[in-house]
Amino acid sequence: MTSRTEILSRIRRQPLEQSPLPALDGPWISFADRETQFTQVVTGVGGKVRVREPRLALAELLLALPCMENAAQIVCTLPDVRLGNASLDDFPTPQSLAAVDVAILPGEFAVAENGAVWVTDRGLRHRAIYFITQHLVLVVPRHEMIDHMHQAYERLRFDKPGYGLFISGPSKTADIEQSLVIGAHGPRSLTVVLDGAPPGGAAS
Amino acid sequence: MPRVGLFVPCYIDQFYPDVGWATVELLERFGCEVEFPEAQTCCGQPMANTGCVAEARPLANRFVDIFSEYDHVVCPSGSCTAMVRHHYEEYFAEGAEHVRFERLRQRVFELSEYLVDVLGVQAIQGRFPYRVGLHQSCHGLRELRLGSSSEVVGPAFSKTRQLLASLDGIELVTLNRPDECCGFGGTFAVNEEAVSCMMGLDRLHDHEQAGTQVLTANDMSCLMHLQGLILRRRKPMRVMHLAEILAGRPGPAEMTATSR
Amino acid sequence: MATIELPVIHSKAADAFTKNDARAHWHDQALWFIRVKRDRLVHALPEWETLRERASAIKQHMISRLADYLEQFEREATRHGAVVHWAADAAEHNQIVLGILHRHRVQRVAKSKSMLTEECHLNPFLERHGIEVVDTDLGEWIVQLRGEPPSHIVLPAIHIKKEEVGELFHEKLGTRAGATDPNYLAGAARDRLRDVFLDCQAGITGVNFAIAETGGFVVCTNEGNADLGASLPKVHIACMGLEKLIPRAADLGVFLRLLGRSATGQPITAYSSHFHGPMPGGELHIILVDNGRSQILGSDDYRRSLHCIRCGACMNTCPVYRRSGGHSYGATVPGPIGSILNPARDPGKYSTLPYACSLCASCTDVCPVKINLHEQLLTWRRDIAAGGHLAWSKRTAMKIGSYVLNRPKLYGLAGRVGRATLRWLPRFLVYGPWNAWGKQRDLPPPPRRSFREEFRQRKSP
Repeated sequence: MTSRTEILSRIRRQPLEQSPLPALDGPWISFADRETQFTQVVTGVGGKVRVREPRLALAELLLALPCMENAAQIVCTLPDVRLGNASLDDFPTPQSLAAVDVAILPGEFAVAENGAVWVTDRGLRHRAIYFITQHLVLVVPRHEMIDHMHQAYERLRFDKPGYGLFISGPSKTADIEQSLVIGAHGPRSLTVVLDGAPPGGAAS
Repeated sequence: MPRVGLFVPCYIDQFYPDVGWATVELLERFGCEVEFPEAQTCCGQPMANTGCVAEARPLANRFVDIFSEYDHVVCPSGSCTAMVRHHYEEYFAEGAEHVRFERLRQRVFELSEYLVDVLGVQAIQGRFPYRVGLHQSCHGLRELRLGSSSEVVGPAFSKTRQLLASLDGIELVTLNRPDECCGFGGTFAVNEEAVSCMMGLDRLHDHEQAGTQVLTANDMSCLMHLQGLILRRRKPMRVMHLAEILAGRPGPAEMTATSR
Repeated sequence: MATIELPVIHSKAADAFTKNDARAHWHDQALWFIRVKRDRLVHALPEWETLRERASAIKQHMISRLADYLEQFEREATRHGAVVHWAADAAEHNQIVLGILHRHRVQRVAKSKSMLTEECHLNPFLERHGIEVVDTDLGEWIVQLRGEPPSHIVLPAIHIKKEEVGELFHEKLGTRAGATDPNYLAGAARDRLRDVFLDCQAGITGVNFAIAETGGFVVCTNEGNADLGASLPKVHIACMGLEKLIPRAADLGVFLRLLGRSATGQPITAYSSHFHGPMPGGELHIILVDNGRSQILGSDDYRRSLHCIRCGACMNTCPVYRRSGGHSYGATVPGPIGSILNPARDPGKYSTLPYACSLCASCTDVCPVKINLHEQLLTWRRDIAAGGHLAWSKRTAMKIGSYVLNRPKLYGLAGRVGRATLRWLPRFLVYGPWNAWGKQRDLPPPPRRSFREEFRQRKSP
């Protein structure tokens, strides 16, 4: 008997009472001003949030970010922004990304409750870029801001192979005497740029 | 006029008779007819908490035999009340025994919840001009829910605090850790002596920084442990059971000068 | 390799830990600080108790249909291109890992925090087979370099002072002597571990949640170490206990809201990564490990311990854990939940753990998945006594106690004699080494008469 059959039959031998699977709607929190909430949380976990004013071009805003100052190698995968001096396709292996200083990547949506941004490896040659770069900039459409994680999973589908994650703040550790150190193994800084037209009116 | 069977935990019976009297006086003040059935000894918690079910069982049986005839059973201890309410079930699994126990179970109360929930007492007439630190004994707090615990999200309340706060002149202190365990824990106090005493001393330090003059609780067992530490270190702090304060026992005379 | 398993005597280890009073208090404060951070966040979330209820119900449902969900998970994960393995116990788990590593001629593997691999003692096993395992979570790496197990499941190095990390890194990494700045020390670790990430041939991670519906799984870290280990080398091995399963992806909405807040007082961990299948050109292996879980599943008393999401909140809140340190439990998972899981594995060895508890129930109230921890600890005491693992002295004391308490007259007599003895005995005879109560505490001043004696007089003056 293989372990698989053994484990499954051992479990099935236990007469367990069926218990129902609960629904996922609930009295979940909502925010009158999601951007403010989001910004507070991201700042609280050591990240930065920039909101692009309509009169400022995105590339201009990005170029002016502090992490760009002495950046030698910049990777940018935003479709409409010509910025950076390297394309991900120039790197044959994820290991060869080790020298990247700044990565500017799109984020799909942001969660006000916990300051998280959803990103994926769709169209991305190396998913390691999110972690190996010294500084990470995520550009999220301003209208793609939701209240909480339940709404996040309402929009996410995992029917194809792939990789996606919530990023909330830069890499960090508190493993030495609970002192917060920003930049553990991954990015030393995270900037979230909220881009595009402002969300229409107040949150419903 | 409810006929109340007074359930006095064994350590109160032996070491703190006045806590028993204070409970009697309070209950009589609010119109109860109090009886103390002398056949009672102990609810069996020390045995049950050591895992010795066979040794606890006869004591549980005795308890139900002795107290079933009363309208209500009142106990000046959250822990012993919780033992009966939450941990007797397994001794009375089914049948008539179970029915009899279930009927009794719903009529067993800790003192402060009896005053507030059953007798509807809102305030206590009296004066206690001291800075009082309330130790929220764990079983009363987290098993009987005499108050809200700091871990759980919801409206804050405390039946015990409400009663104390109604006394004239009392000042209830604010602690850094409002409901951390004092480390008594029954046989834990001797099995894990080092941790138990460290926990107790930490509670005392918290009360010291808060300015507690009189340390009170629903449970004399916690206070016995804390008192032991206080006496050994000659700390200027007194322990008094909740019932003693509510029944109007005088506070420590030497401290009144420093209180308002 | 046969080893003699000595029983863990928690009180002895705790006694030693508290001897260094300043350090024990430092440890207590560090963990209490996290409890306070957790409180601040959860009390700002009005729906907290609803989330706990929901999480508990989801886990209960999952466990009631675990076999079906495991099969569904395997089917979906395989569809995405992952290879699913089944391990009945720790030994089989380790063999599977070794087999995969051998097949790829792996010499160096980057491992992120996984309590399951700790439980299986994977590191020493792989090292015996010539494979270098580097724990890449900073705390885990610190304890690995020190040659000791983690003392906490979320904060592995919570018992270590920065001065000690400084000395350790000076010796092992050549950092400046006397350095204690956490930024500097963590920076040195970053540099060294970067090399490991770039150079390793496989990554091993744990699993926080595995989704039956989609065949994917989620790994949560703050450092990003799991993702580096799973995105640089081509081979990713994810090891999980059976109980990590959840039915639907949407259930993550509940669990991710609970996990970070409960674990470290963060709204969410920095990285919550969802893996569905291997990365292009890579390999993904998922190992489903039983190792005693199906046995716990069969127990009405302890089944709910399988709800555990390993957040560590019960440790942070436990007044005993905070003052005795994780190592005093002598097990991979310490604290309240460990004191339930370990006796299930070996009641003889871990018989003292359920007694390392004052039954304060704070763990039950803090647990994000509503495990009735303190009740299970009490139930364990019953099973330990029934199994003959209770010390003879305690057993006898309880037998005598019960005998006396069942006889009111004898009880009254014993009380009178006891109180009189206490009054007349000289202090040194009361407070000797035989009196554990009296080591640091006075006994209450014994009154002349008990309540019952006084009450009798009231009735018949």
